[in-house]
Amino acid sequence: MSALARPAAGTPQADAAWDRRRVFLANLRSVGGRAYPRVHGLFREPSWVLFEILLPFLTTSAFVFVYRALQAPPQYVGFVVLGGAMTAFWLNVIWMMAAQLYWEKDQGNLELYFASPVDMMSVLFGMAVGGLIMSSTRAAVVLAVGAVVYGVTFTVDQWGLLLLVFFLTLAALYGLGMMLSSLFVLWGREAWHLTQLLQEPVYFVSGLNFPVGRLGFLGALAVAIIPLAVGLDAMRQLAFAGALGPTGTPPPEIEALILVAMAVAFTWMARVMLRILERLAREKGRLSARWR
Amino acid sequence: MSEPHLAPAIDVRGVQRVYQAKPKDVVALAGVDLRVEPGELFGLLGPNGAGKTTLIKILTTLLLPTAGTASVFGFDVAADAKRIRRIMNMVAGGEQSGYGILTVREQLWMFSQFYGLGRREGWRRVDELIEAVGLAEQRVQRVSELSTGQRQKMNLARGLLNDPWILFLDEPTLGLDVSAARTVRELVVEWRAAVPGRTVLLTTHYMAEADELCDRLAIVDRGRILAEGTPVELKRRVQRESVFRLELDRLAGGAAALAALPGVVRAATMSDGAGEVGRERQSVVVNLVLDDDAALGGVVGALGGLGARIVALQKSEPSLEDVFVELVGRGFDDEAVHHGERPGPPPATLAEMTHDTEEAEPLGSEVTR
Repeated sequence: MSALARPAAGTPQADAAWDRRRVFLANLRSVGGRAYPRVHGLFREPSWVLFEILLPFLTTSAFVFVYRALQAPPQYVGFVVLGGAMTAFWLNVIWMMAAQLYWEKDQGNLELYFASPVDMMSVLFGMAVGGLIMSSTRAAVVLAVGAVVYGVTFTVDQWGLLLLVFFLTLAALYGLGMMLSSLFVLWGREAWHLTQLLQEPVYFVSGLNFPVGRLGFLGALAVAIIPLAVGLDAMRQLAFAGALGPTGTPPPEIEALILVAMAVAFTWMARVMLRILERLAREKGRLSARWR
Repeated sequence: MSEPHLAPAIDVRGVQRVYQAKPKDVVALAGVDLRVEPGELFGLLGPNGAGKTTLIKILTTLLLPTAGTASVFGFDVAADAKRIRRIMNMVAGGEQSGYGILTVREQLWMFSQFYGLGRREGWRRVDELIEAVGLAEQRVQRVSELSTGQRQKMNLARGLLNDPWILFLDEPTLGLDVSAARTVRELVVEWRAAVPGRTVLLTTHYMAEADELCDRLAIVDRGRILAEGTPVELKRRVQRESVFRLELDRLAGGAAALAALPGVVRAATMSDGAGEVGRERQSVVVNLVLDDDAALGGVVGALGGLGARIVALQKSEPSLEDVFVELVGRGFDDEAVHHGERPGPPPATLAEMTHDTEEAEPLGSEVTR
């Protein structure tokens, strides 16, 4: 039988009545579906090796040589390498999460996502999961190469907590990305410019290349509001146990709790933003009319 | 055609849609009423800016009406959006959806997941549809490397992934060459006919396409439905007399002999065949205007007495463009000029709807994913 002649299951009314299990499965599958292009497209553009590993690694290397020239404690090299690895996630969150729905709108995908029967949050989760897998590979390469090339020694006492903090950091980061993605669509180019404006300050305040505690009040503030700063600080405390001395920031257990709160808050806000986006799209034609 | 146990496929009542804009609001729909029965292939025919796409956006739950109500198979577009989304799909002309980095097969599978198809079921369905739309050779080709026609076939396959009850097609053959456009139309017709109740709402500004495909259609202009009916009914509105082109082997007494017959309003000889070089047999062509079609029988019966034999007989019908001009007072071209577009002669037939984009360069690589 031809695919076109496939018999319909019943009536439109019956086919429109999905039970909870079917709704759940459809949303689960859509997560996998949206993650697919990111996971499988990972190695299809070899240029990523240059742009997302080699170039960031040069920046990391520059800081390594500065610290060595200043005869800083050897742990600082480890801080920088860890920061370089986490940069992959931050770039992914900014450019392939926050900006993604904006691109999707331009390509016409956003309308198709909204018109599909699954929740847009599932699509966003799929984007996040795919981006997370894609960036993990890149971060792992930066971390491994950096550790080998610059002889970084990790001293981990609490592996469980370190892994927990790592995953909580990613949850909070991608929650932030999901929230920003709706804002990007709502604000359009203004959000784009804002992100470009904030990119370097966020790098700075996140302490990607130095312990954020050295910023004093600013450091404490960053730890309170920027997931990358919180997570990186906690991971440094755990990956170089005892090497930091007084950090001026909360202990990793507290930072883990802050990350939990951030992950929940950002994800919840992402959902709220999506609702607002969909409402505005339907009421004001924000998605339907390209000129809007 | 209609399934009695089903609610109307589309029920639109008094729908208005106003976009807030500066310096003044844009009225896209100014009170539309429409009813489409299950199983119909219904067309919205109108120029750019007529409101066709806005109506589709409302019916596909992407846009709310400013006033009025609209439902799809009994589900309200405002309150039951999720249910509608489970049984409908949409495809637009020139659609660039998806990710160029994926293959055709992967792209379709990805979209299948948004409709809840299981992993294996999704791949199986994708393979079936790839075969059905004639993309078997491109199944592992990257989407970014497809031609416009291939891409649109893929888009159509995407629209059929969830086996929808209603398919919204917004200018589906826009930018396609003759062959690709014909394939898309044939697929739509075949898909619709395969299962009773499957419904299609098609927007187009190609008159011949609407004439060929649609069971019924509505002519839309400036946010209003001006007329609604089958193509034949609509054309009949502007045809007040029956006009036939009659080719005879000879005609004793000339056109005047025909004009004297009952029911004949006018008869005029168009050609006596003398100028038709290369024809073995000369003929007479008469343009015959009758009171109505029923008078034709009397004319045909009388021809024997006039020593004439019919070589060819063709009824001259007005086109949908004639209907549009009659209703609106201007043609589509006038509208194109109004919108600053390049004016040109309207395509009279489907074969003339040629757009040389099939051989265009592959679409640019899309790196966002």
